[in-house]
Amino acid sequence: MKLLENAAGRMVPDEINGKEAVPFKGVGKHRPTGRKYAPPIATCIDYPEDNNKVVGSLKEALVRCGLKDGMTVSTHHHLRDGDLVSNQIFAIASEMGVKDLVWLPSASFPCNDPVIQYLEDGTVNRIEGSMNGPLGMFVSEGRMKGMAVLRSHGGRVQAIQDGDVKIDIAVLAAPASDSFGNARGTGGPSATGVIGYAKPDYLYADKVIVVTDNLVDLPCFPMEVEGNYVDYVVVVDKIGIPEKIVSGTTQITKSPDRLLIAELTALFLEKSGLLRNGATMQAGAGGTSLAIAVFVHQMLKKKGWKLSFGFGGSTRYMVEMLEEGQMGYILDAQAFDLDSVKSIEKNLNHIPYPVFNAYNYHSKGNLTTMMDIMILGATEIDTGFNGNVVTHSDGLLLHGIGGWQNCLHARNVIIPVPLFRDRIPVIVDRVTTLCGPGELIDVIITERGIAINPGRQDLIDSVRGKGLPLVTIGELRETAEKICGKPEKAAFDERVVAAIKWVDGTVIDAVRKVRK
Amino acid sequence: MKQAITGNAGPRVRSDIEVTLELTDSGGIELNIKSKVKSMYGKAIEEQCRFLLDYFGIVNARLSVNDSGALPFVIAARIEAAVKALTGTTKSFIPEMIPENIYGSSRDRYRFSRLYLPGNSPGMFLNAGLHSPDGVILDLEDSVAPDRKDEARILVRNALRAVNFYGAERMIRINQGERGLEDLEALIPHNVQLVLIPKCENGETVQTVDRKIREIKAGEGQNETVFLMPIIESAAGVEHAMEIATASGSVVAMAIGLEDYTADLGVQRTKEGKESLYARNRIVVAARAAGIQPIDSVFSDVGDMEGLLQNVLSSKAMGFDGMGCIHPRQIAVIREGFSPSPDEIEKAKKIVVAYHDALEKGLGVVALGTKMIDPPVVARAEKTITLAVRLGILPGNWIEEEKA
Repeated sequence: MKLLENAAGRMVPDEINGKEAVPFKGVGKHRPTGRKYAPPIATCIDYPEDNNKVVGSLKEALVRCGLKDGMTVSTHHHLRDGDLVSNQIFAIASEMGVKDLVWLPSASFPCNDPVIQYLEDGTVNRIEGSMNGPLGMFVSEGRMKGMAVLRSHGGRVQAIQDGDVKIDIAVLAAPASDSFGNARGTGGPSATGVIGYAKPDYLYADKVIVVTDNLVDLPCFPMEVEGNYVDYVVVVDKIGIPEKIVSGTTQITKSPDRLLIAELTALFLEKSGLLRNGATMQAGAGGTSLAIAVFVHQMLKKKGWKLSFGFGGSTRYMVEMLEEGQMGYILDAQAFDLDSVKSIEKNLNHIPYPVFNAYNYHSKGNLTTMMDIMILGATEIDTGFNGNVVTHSDGLLLHGIGGWQNCLHARNVIIPVPLFRDRIPVIVDRVTTLCGPGELIDVIITERGIAINPGRQDLIDSVRGKGLPLVTIGELRETAEKICGKPEKAAFDERVVAAIKWVDGTVIDAVRKVRK
Repeated sequence: MKQAITGNAGPRVRSDIEVTLELTDSGGIELNIKSKVKSMYGKAIEEQCRFLLDYFGIVNARLSVNDSGALPFVIAARIEAAVKALTGTTKSFIPEMIPENIYGSSRDRYRFSRLYLPGNSPGMFLNAGLHSPDGVILDLEDSVAPDRKDEARILVRNALRAVNFYGAERMIRINQGERGLEDLEALIPHNVQLVLIPKCENGETVQTVDRKIREIKAGEGQNETVFLMPIIESAAGVEHAMEIATASGSVVAMAIGLEDYTADLGVQRTKEGKESLYARNRIVVAARAAGIQPIDSVFSDVGDMEGLLQNVLSSKAMGFDGMGCIHPRQIAVIREGFSPSPDEIEKAKKIVVAYHDALEKGLGVVALGTKMIDPPVVARAEKTITLAVRLGILPGNWIEEEKA
């Protein structure tokens, strides 16, 4: 394995887990050719004539799927921190003595920490997906055998479609399924609202297992997973812990400092003219984003405006806009709270919309390029507007990419962040890990001023002289350092523990083992 | 072995540091650093600890710090407080005064909102000014536990020098009695612009504080006036309102503190505030008579913004010029409440324009339509307009715009 300098000036491996890797070439520069990957041809005569695919247990399903050493097993994360299914796969594999599996989750959560023991005992070779908390720490300390690969939600679809990742077995937890394997995210004790992240998995995996705690009569309609792609259905007592799947209610931040940033963001949207009748918007489920949504909602009401659609992760604050007439539609990749789940069940204008369709590099079009207003977060932003979302400034891998990289393609990318957290500057010289190139990041909003990317003269002109606290990104960095003092740089060993993929599958940066 | 513990640590503590210092007989300096930001500031914290111990002439000691991301001015204050507690040294380590903190105040500036900051909670200092209160009050009195008064004083001193309060009037609330005078000695030299005198009951207290401040300022060769805002918090204070308001030329405002006042009367404090109606009226009238600003008590339910707004509107209607805040989110509501409303501004504009027309035409009588307007009405309208312009609600050249 060699390290090569990519187009962003980062040293990245030319090989990942034995496979050739392409260094990042620049935004929109990589253009894979050939044909998409396809799963093997199935034949309906191999399936029961009564179409009842229910088998006795997850173990039986895994065995029938031919689970063996080195396979790639995928899961989705709609059960979030209440997931009772994923860990079981590896417990079963460990008990069967299977080694070197690759786990391809669409995201992992603290409830997946037990997987560490299967990484330690050799059942799992590596995780290709987001790593949070103790899992991230485990990887950062160089304790995982294989190299982690971090992809965005869209990047995961891209990798599955172009064959960079081949899923042997997809294990898809479903809040409702019929015996044929038609499945959906609504209904039952573990409703998630939508299960769109499972779409590439069931379309492209060799074998597909649906696991449900809510077997319904055929047809399970409207289905998000189509049964004709499914091999086996497993019925269990519980796939998830409801109160950990969705928050009962998502809460806007109570922190006066974060509310100040949210207020400033809303003011920026108003003064710049980005907020207008018919605009499109996406904001996350973090406390600050929710507060921004509330302020935006108030402005829309005051002006009598309506957003044409919002893209979810949905929250009750988006649902309120939909119900009160300030938003035409919610296109939804995941529901963050109970109000959103209920809304999907009852409101025809609240539409399940997988990231498969929205973010994917190999799609014939990209939904995010239609978004006028995109509110995102970051752990670090540097003076070149480059962003980091996966590591903290101490170099520890502590977050996944989520849809962040994909969302950078929106028309106006706005990142509200505090200038520093405790003593740790958020605006820095050079991001510890590069996840998104600065050319795609337009506005940084902090409590101590708003910096607009010099590449966006149109935005600068739109707010000049309107009383907003405009500063340069360099000034923000200096202010942070003046208040906090100059931080030491994180110290790393040579060993690459994780590769960060760009949305097109090229390698934008590498994370090294932290030095103790 | 004597030990001093200063500062705060714990899961909910941010931007503070707990310092445990023990003087030893030999063995040099033994440092034990625990910090949330160790990988990035571990060396800086160690250097600062060693530098400060050396500065205070400590050669043998065991120093443990438990840091939650404290900034250098906090670390310095905590270590100084620990050293002082053990050695009684009179030496101080004074941080540099950041240039952003060198600005003046004025007698007649607006004091709609003044934000209380508990003097021993550094995490609340950092962004206080960003919420645009008219003043920040670094409080040494009721929000600081009795056994933390010494360390809070040092922390507040450092904050006055190192924290940017973004142009807010720099206020401190001192303790009562002798301790209050010591507070002044430690803090006045560091561009304190206004001192709140708690539980003030007579003019003599005001004069004692004023004298002490002048003495300190003269000693430092500084000549700005430090303004005073006595807080009336008892029946006796209310009865002496006029005496207090006129006790010194430095008094620019007089506030009422209703928690203590109602306790003194032995009644419950209610949201409607009937029980304090007399006291509030008395304060307003005395302050107006003395030509100073009457300031209302804080509204303590930080979750109830609607209640706060109603409270502000009734305050304004009674004649108050401002209110204390105990949460940054109250600031905007208070400012909005005390600001002239669009209706008031429209009316005022008409009156002032009519007045100007009358002047131009050399008319002795101002009329709006068929209504005659008396001089005090014009004066009040002009006051409203000045306020609107200063708050940025009206442009400075509104009258030209109006005529165009």
